Amino acid sequence: MEFFLQNVVNALQWGSFYALIALGYSMVYGVLLLFNFAHGDIFMVGAYVGFFVATGLLLLVSSLGLVSMPGWVVLVLVILVAMFITAFVGVAVERIGYRPLRQAPRASAAITGLMIGIIFETGNLALLGARRLSFPELIETTTYTIGGVTVTNKRIMIVAVSLLLMFALHQFVQRTKWGMAMRAMAYDFAVVPLMGVPLNSIAALTFGLGSALAAAAGILFGVAYPVLSPYMGIVVGWKAFVAAILGGRGSILGAALAGFLLGFIEIFVATIFPSTLRDLIAFSIILLILVFRPHGFFGEAHTSRLRL
Amino acid sequence: MRKVSISLLVMLLFAIGLSACGAAAPGASTNTIKIGINAPLTGDIPKVGEGTKYAAEMWLEDIDAAGGLEVGGEKYDVELVIEDNEAKAESATAVTTKLISQDEILVMVGPQSSKQAVPAGEVANNQKTPMVSPWSTNPNTTLDRPFVFRTPFLDPFQGPVLANFATEEFGFTKAAVLYDVASDYPKGLAEFFKSGWEELHGEGSVVAYESFTTNDTDFSAQLTKIKDSGAEFLFAPQYYNEVALIVQQARELGWEGPILGSDSWGSAELMSLCGDACKGLFFSTHYAAAGATGATKEFIDRYNEKYGYVPDDVGALTWDTMLLIQKAIQDCGTITGDIAQDRQCVRDAMAQIKDFEGITGSMTFTEEGDPVKCAVIVKISDAGEFEFYKQVCPE
Repeated sequence: MEFFLQNVVNALQWGSFYALIALGYSMVYGVLLLFNFAHGDIFMVGAYVGFFVATGLLLLVSSLGLVSMPGWVVLVLVILVAMFITAFVGVAVERIGYRPLRQAPRASAAITGLMIGIIFETGNLALLGARRLSFPELIETTTYTIGGVTVTNKRIMIVAVSLLLMFALHQFVQRTKWGMAMRAMAYDFAVVPLMGVPLNSIAALTFGLGSALAAAAGILFGVAYPVLSPYMGIVVGWKAFVAAILGGRGSILGAALAGFLLGFIEIFVATIFPSTLRDLIAFSIILLILVFRPHGFFGEAHTSRLRL
Repeated sequence: MRKVSISLLVMLLFAIGLSACGAAAPGASTNTIKIGINAPLTGDIPKVGEGTKYAAEMWLEDIDAAGGLEVGGEKYDVELVIEDNEAKAESATAVTTKLISQDEILVMVGPQSSKQAVPAGEVANNQKTPMVSPWSTNPNTTLDRPFVFRTPFLDPFQGPVLANFATEEFGFTKAAVLYDVASDYPKGLAEFFKSGWEELHGEGSVVAYESFTTNDTDFSAQLTKIKDSGAEFLFAPQYYNEVALIVQQARELGWEGPILGSDSWGSAELMSLCGDACKGLFFSTHYAAAGATGATKEFIDRYNEKYGYVPDDVGALTWDTMLLIQKAIQDCGTITGDIAQDRQCVRDAMAQIKDFEGITGSMTFTEEGDPVKCAVIVKISDAGEFEFYKQVCPE
């Protein structure tokens, strides 16, 4: 039982990353009907931006001799600043990479996305070199043992912050005018702009939000696995993409659920079977779900709709 | 517009043709010896590539200062052709082919890790070009390949050394292993350790034998299993970037036993990634930098002064490798300019080398092209230095 609960805790943390990254894929696909294949690399960029913000902030604190700022305040600041900066990276990707291709076939946009991803990876390699960076330890690890299950304060924080961000995004999409515009756009891509909703602003907003969430995921990833590399976003990005498909087009709840589900499958497969079978079994399960629900958990067919 | 672009294209082709001619010219001269370096400058283990490059360049400095490499009474210029294999098996074989057929190198140094050295050795051997890997410890690298040599000890030796150490030092009887199943070095060493351990403690004494795949970052499922298995210590024959993640996650999951490592731990980068979590742990390696004497200390001081950090085992082994091939080339006696004949001559000279005194120990090659040498057990001190703890030699 303890063994089982310990793995539930492990899976919650691992699933948080998939869920946060999947949200970005899902939103962009929902609104613009395109898969932003650079999203995994935006996650990487977010982690690096977080690294530099954190290092800079720590330097500033120590050089100004400010009354010692508690670690969690620094962490919150780092997350907010990095989310803000990375949002602009996402907006720039949309503006430069995708907007000129909005009328082009979807395959062109997909190829562009892959290319942007490669530019981020190799650009990072060229600028910072191949050396791994070690994410600074902002909060000290405290370990709690509750009934044989070991939990650290970091793990609790990671899952809590992820859930909080998902809730905030849900509220934004459901309760604000901008969120309503996004939902409307997802409903009908062609007619909504005719009603005076600015397509370009909504597209930029969608990319900005998705990238900000990816940045938050990147920083939390850095806190949990403090070795940053230029290629850290590729595999995680692919898997989050699959989670987004599984969740259903544009569904926030679906992407979050699917992300956690993928985390649970991966951890439990590695627990029961040799780890080499992990991806095989995980993707077989997803394939099976998609056979019965081809549009994912909460998706719906969109073939009948007009498209630009 | 079209005319302009066509003429531009023509000019470009012309320029490429010219530069190709320019590049080919020095290769044709007979008084330059080319040595290929096949190293992971980018990819998973860039610090290993950096150490290789730095040690090789330091050696070249000495050669240049002496006015060239003297072979049979004649001085030859030496050129290093350094290529990046991205720490990937497929790139390593591509680089090997390029170095051998395009750059026409005499000898190749590298690749470093077994994942690249095993397939690259196949290519070098087929092309009858001598290759010396300074860091690959998997037996398959040199097995049945007369043209392939290495400078470190082998994993069938290292595995039992570690098994004996854990038994004698701590008196443990139950072991756990966590390794990357998709990489030749960790997989091979995990197997040799397991068989060595079971020989000492009987079947089933390795209570957890867990694997993961290259690029994994989360090991919580495997570590939870290991913790649950009742093992007394964990053996993790991984590269330095993964070691940092494994050790930290194990501690966060409440694992309190020791974690034992292998020679791949000994990178100059390990402590900056792993931090306090790695202090007090043991691993086996080729040499210990802290407390070295004689030629070893000379090398360490010189390297440290030039590049600003204490060289890791890769640097030291590459240095030995460069001196070894220097000796082999000089023993060969003549450079004819016929590259196939020269390569054969260097290989034969290499196989003849006896009792070569390197900074990582004395080396004599077996028929397989493997040296017989001692291993060192190192303890990571509280200052983060790799301190000599014990030496273990083959009987």
